[in-house]
Amino acid sequence: MKDKFVPALIAGVATLILAFPLLGLNLVSTGLGLGIEGADTQTVVYIVLASLAVFAFQLFKENVVNVAKSIPLPRKAYKPTAAISQAQRDKKEKIFTFIVVAIALIMPFFASRGNIDLATLVLIYVMLGLGLNIVVGLAGLLDLGYVAFYAVGAYSYALLHQYFGFSFWVCLPLAGLMAATFGFILGFPVLRLRGDYLAIVTLGFGEIIRILLNNWTHLTGGPNGIGSIPKPALFGLEFGRRAKEEGNIPFHEYFNIAYNSSYKVIFLYLLALLLVLFTIFVIRRLMRMPVGRAWEALREDEIACRSLGLNRTIIKLSAFTIGASFAGFAGAFFSARQGFISPESFTFIESAIILAIVVLGGMGSQLGVILAAIAMTVLPELAREFQEYRMLMFGLMMVLMMIWRPQGLLPMKRRHMELTNA
Amino acid sequence: MLETSLYFIQQLLNGLTIGSTYALIAIGYTMVYGIIGMINFAHGEIYMIGMYISFIAISGLTMLGVEYLPLILFITLLISVFISSTYGWAVERVAYRPVRGGNRLIALISAIGMSIFLQNYVRIAQGSRDIAMPSLIQGGWSMGPADGFQATLSYMQLFIFIATFITMTGLTLFIAKSRMGRACRAVSEDMKMAGLLGINTNRIISLTFIIGAALAAVAGLLLGLYYGVTNPYIGFIAGLKAFTAAVLGGIGSIPGAMLGGLVLGVTESMTSAYFSSEYKDVVSFGLLILILLFRPTGLLGKPEVEKI
Repeated sequence: MKDKFVPALIAGVATLILAFPLLGLNLVSTGLGLGIEGADTQTVVYIVLASLAVFAFQLFKENVVNVAKSIPLPRKAYKPTAAISQAQRDKKEKIFTFIVVAIALIMPFFASRGNIDLATLVLIYVMLGLGLNIVVGLAGLLDLGYVAFYAVGAYSYALLHQYFGFSFWVCLPLAGLMAATFGFILGFPVLRLRGDYLAIVTLGFGEIIRILLNNWTHLTGGPNGIGSIPKPALFGLEFGRRAKEEGNIPFHEYFNIAYNSSYKVIFLYLLALLLVLFTIFVIRRLMRMPVGRAWEALREDEIACRSLGLNRTIIKLSAFTIGASFAGFAGAFFSARQGFISPESFTFIESAIILAIVVLGGMGSQLGVILAAIAMTVLPELAREFQEYRMLMFGLMMVLMMIWRPQGLLPMKRRHMELTNA
Repeated sequence: MLETSLYFIQQLLNGLTIGSTYALIAIGYTMVYGIIGMINFAHGEIYMIGMYISFIAISGLTMLGVEYLPLILFITLLISVFISSTYGWAVERVAYRPVRGGNRLIALISAIGMSIFLQNYVRIAQGSRDIAMPSLIQGGWSMGPADGFQATLSYMQLFIFIATFITMTGLTLFIAKSRMGRACRAVSEDMKMAGLLGINTNRIISLTFIIGAALAAVAGLLLGLYYGVTNPYIGFIAGLKAFTAAVLGGIGSIPGAMLGGLVLGVTESMTSAYFSSEYKDVVSFGLLILILLFRPTGLLGKPEVEKI
């Protein structure tokens, strides 16, 4: 108890020192210069209480932990179940996937417009999360500038449409290709670098792209962005009230039904769903191909891989390029959905959110990333009154996750067979 | 001819001013990297907090009626260094110590989380708008023709040079001569061995974070006085710049960080003067990428041997 007292006192006093000057004294502009005023009593009381709480917690930490351990948890009795074979597991997984996809397909016809919009946003983040998951989760390369490829995709569609009048369907593969090219160009020189250097270089690259978009005014419109980007059409059918492109027919006229603006929202949602399913499918295949296995092997032990004759540059480069191309697809879809893009949408914080999705979900795990994308997008919408504290909680959560559960909520499980004694 | 060279001298002075503060921040990165081999991602935020604390301290002292400028600056320096060091210490305890020894990516992500947390903490506590402070140190020496372009060395710039020089000298002496400094060097050489020989490595790591934060606070005070304006978002770019400076000079090497900071500052001011001020960040990050490609050890760094 006594040897705990001094460290606990230090922790409590430190909390006071950390909190009081910034929270308790507010800078205010006075006529001539700058003054300070004390915060209201409530804040000061909170600061003191927080310091006392830290002190008490540090003092009684062991007791608290012991009490928590002594509470009997309702544990499941261990039952030796018959080992499920891989075939059975695959079958279960197929049924599960089928049900989820069916629900996702039917959902928009019953949900409200706002909810469909939110679901579309979730799907964009799922796509980004899955793409970054290849780079960070599978290949173990920390990319902090992922949003740059997203921006490249978005601007590819917007600019190709503005200058050449290309339609969404032509631009979608082109946007992926452009983003992949940028990934290749950046990746080729920097992938020789060690992990944390790579993180900083990609971060710098993300900033470079954003500054270029902001300042290259005669091409990108600078901070004003690019507006009136058309929504995608379905085989020449447009979802607006009137067709904007020559030769296209509005959807409702073709089918002879009344115009309803929610058709457009539903169509965008279904399109996003299709893109996400495509992404999941491609990545699942890649993961079982030699290149996918090589990504994971390289993440686990680079030296062993090199001594077994794997070319690390090519393997890393493939992960980087493929990951970037998915960001490109997501970017093109994003600009089509928004109809307006500006460099504002592509800041570092966006990269951090996508990274947090991957980390929270469990690096490498697809299902985990999908669930995390849903959580990260829907929770802030539900807790609108805490909007101001959103990023604060978000930073705190990243730290706590790394301390308590660095493998994420749903860590990836390798396909494996179990030996039975029979 | 005279005008062009005066213009050049002016840009050089501006570049060296900014560069010396970059160097101060860069030392924090370099020392932490030298000891635990990790990038202290939250370091830029410590610098930002240092700037806020200095603003608060200066306003507080002025309101209390302290008029003598050197006294204000001295007390502000002490307060700012003390509180920022506490932040540095807390960042290490919360975001680094629990995850040390694990995967490097885990520590990096936890540090990014810490950086986002601190930035938003200051935003909520002090508001996200720019806060401006009237300049305390005015005037300077000019040279050149009275009717033409004049190169000016302001007293503020001189103050920054002197303060940086004293801090750097103090740090160099501390590392080279003191017992703690020797322990620091030993830990950065071989942490396990130093631990076996009775050095409290945990304490040395804490000390590194504290020294780094203290230097960042000095930089925060100096740049706060120089620019006279701050907001919660300045830490991100400043941290990135200082990291570039640290890599430029060779990460892990303290003289390297000083040199790197000066080179980066001059490069930046020359880019703004002769090319375009919008693209100065592009040039410095481009420089970072080029250095990592062609000389990953930096100007003064030692080549790193990969241990198996």
